[in-house]
Amino acid sequence: MSELTLTVMRLGFLAVLWLFVIVAVQVIRSDLFGTRVTQRGSRREAPRAQQPARGASAPPQQRQQSGRQRRGAPTKLVVSEGSLTGTTVALQGQTITLGRAHDSTIVLDDDYASSRHARIYPDRDGQWIVEDLGSTNGTYLDRTRLTTPTPIPLGAPIRIGKTVIELRK
Amino acid sequence: MSVVTNTTTIGAIDAPSRRNTELALLAFAVAIPVFAYLNVGLALDGKVPSGMLGYGLGLGLMAGVAHLVVRKFAKYADPLLLPLATLLNGLGLVLIWRLDQSPRLIQRAERLFHSHSADAPKQLMFSAIGIALFVAVLIVLKDHRVLQRYTYISMVLALILLILPMFFPAVNGAKIWIKLGPFTVQPGEFAKIIIAVFFSGYLMVKRDALALASRRFMGLYLPRGRDLGPILAVWVMSILVLVFETDLGTSLLFFGLFVVMLYVATERTSWIVFGLLMSAAGAVGVASFEPHVQQRVEFWLDPFAEATLQQSDQAAQALMSFGSGGVLGTGLGQGNSDLIGFAANSDFILSTVGEEFGLAGMMAFLIVYGLIVERGVRTALAARDPFGKLLAIGLSGAFAIQVFVVAGGVMGLIPLTGMTMPFVAYGGSSVLANWALIGILIRISDTARRPAPAPAPSPDAELTQVVRP
Repeated sequence: MSELTLTVMRLGFLAVLWLFVIVAVQVIRSDLFGTRVTQRGSRREAPRAQQPARGASAPPQQRQQSGRQRRGAPTKLVVSEGSLTGTTVALQGQTITLGRAHDSTIVLDDDYASSRHARIYPDRDGQWIVEDLGSTNGTYLDRTRLTTPTPIPLGAPIRIGKTVIELRK
Repeated sequence: MSVVTNTTTIGAIDAPSRRNTELALLAFAVAIPVFAYLNVGLALDGKVPSGMLGYGLGLGLMAGVAHLVVRKFAKYADPLLLPLATLLNGLGLVLIWRLDQSPRLIQRAERLFHSHSADAPKQLMFSAIGIALFVAVLIVLKDHRVLQRYTYISMVLALILLILPMFFPAVNGAKIWIKLGPFTVQPGEFAKIIIAVFFSGYLMVKRDALALASRRFMGLYLPRGRDLGPILAVWVMSILVLVFETDLGTSLLFFGLFVVMLYVATERTSWIVFGLLMSAAGAVGVASFEPHVQQRVEFWLDPFAEATLQQSDQAAQALMSFGSGGVLGTGLGQGNSDLIGFAANSDFILSTVGEEFGLAGMMAFLIVYGLIVERGVRTALAARDPFGKLLAIGLSGAFAIQVFVVAGGVMGLIPLTGMTMPFVAYGGSSVLANWALIGILIRISDTARRPAPAPAPSPDAELTQVVRP
């Protein structure tokens, strides 16, 4: 066997061995990151959006944000406290439901949250509104407990149980 | 209703079973040894080795059976343990087969024993039995907490296994084998699992007494005299093993394992300090009057001395082979690690790794061992019951100490001891015991990662705790 072949095989073997080690380390990477983000396609979502039973009232007319985006409008929702800390959701005109129910947009793993706790949605002008859905412990904007749908100022903390979320640019 | 695009769902992670990840990694772990086998054949004979298909199929079949059993009986087990162990076992087989081909070793065997028999087929058979044992552990042991019932029985059993070799003749200066008809068994390998069961059962009950009932003295927590009883007993036992069986490795393994488990159970640093002091005192004491141990220490301190080389040049040859391997190695089948002669394919197999794979391959090997230990520790962290936690720590600790003792001995970091590198080295007891160990770890990790029983069918019915101001 020629010297060249053997050298290639020797280096190839080392490369494969290390590749295995790297793949193995990639597999355990999930130990470090506790949350999983799943993109749901539009096709699966379409029939679901038509179920009015999900909220107390039918969600307001949603529209694509194109052309409607105002200056200073928030672009993402950030969880700043609680077990999901660090999670962000892009705001793209969709209604965000929060609660312990498994079909919520943000599933809160929080003993003090209700199954369907609150929802956040944009109104006709693109202003984001938070509405409490009759939760047990209430939803707080800053320090005040919500009784009606309320516009969310940028950066104001919304507290649900032990979880705090806010809207950011 | 407008169609919503790009909706995101975010939830706390639910443990996926990850069996397909395991299967993919397992295929990879079988492919690497087959590649290595081809490499050895091409380097030694210049042609594709004839046994390659059979060897690859054999290893693949064993791995496949193990995978199917894990899929059926331990669905949520850790996905890495099985592929890592398979890779080590497969590469070990290749290395043993490579050393079987060495003309020097064949000549040596014919000069000394007038016959040479290849070790690789035997090791392949041992691996098959080992995987069968692994499968049996997974099928029989439905819940690792059953082992807790046998705490004191396992203590007695471990003591018997440790003492038994004293009554059998010494092989190569160490009494660690027992002869049962045609088979020789190394009971210490099995004792390490059994004694980990005893330590976890014992410490689970006694951990509070050991951790809390202590006096503070110079920043250290001194345990009460009566709590010192067990640690002294284990210390005396390990010293006795050292004195009567002249087996440094086993003695180090048991005492080290006990100190690790004491530390994990009580969270007291003072146990580590005590353990290190006691083992140092014991080792120095024994080394000063036991000639076999004394000799080992001398070989370690000065492997290239005239007096050492006259008796045994193994340690020197091992160091030379590491040196000649360099960073990238000489390539499989092209090294001269067979100069080590005796035990080249068991205790000293790491020097073949070091020479033919080089530093780069050696590091990969050690990382694979490290990953097995890491998965064991991770299993211990995730386990929900204290017995499972301690047992997982104990088993991975024993594995880690064994790797350290062997690798350290071959590389000249500590005196050489008669232990085998798990999975890689030739030896039936070692392969069997380590597959059983991996089986128990997989069982614990399955219990640990299995999702909690499903919540009530209607999520709306779940009670929300009320904040009371």
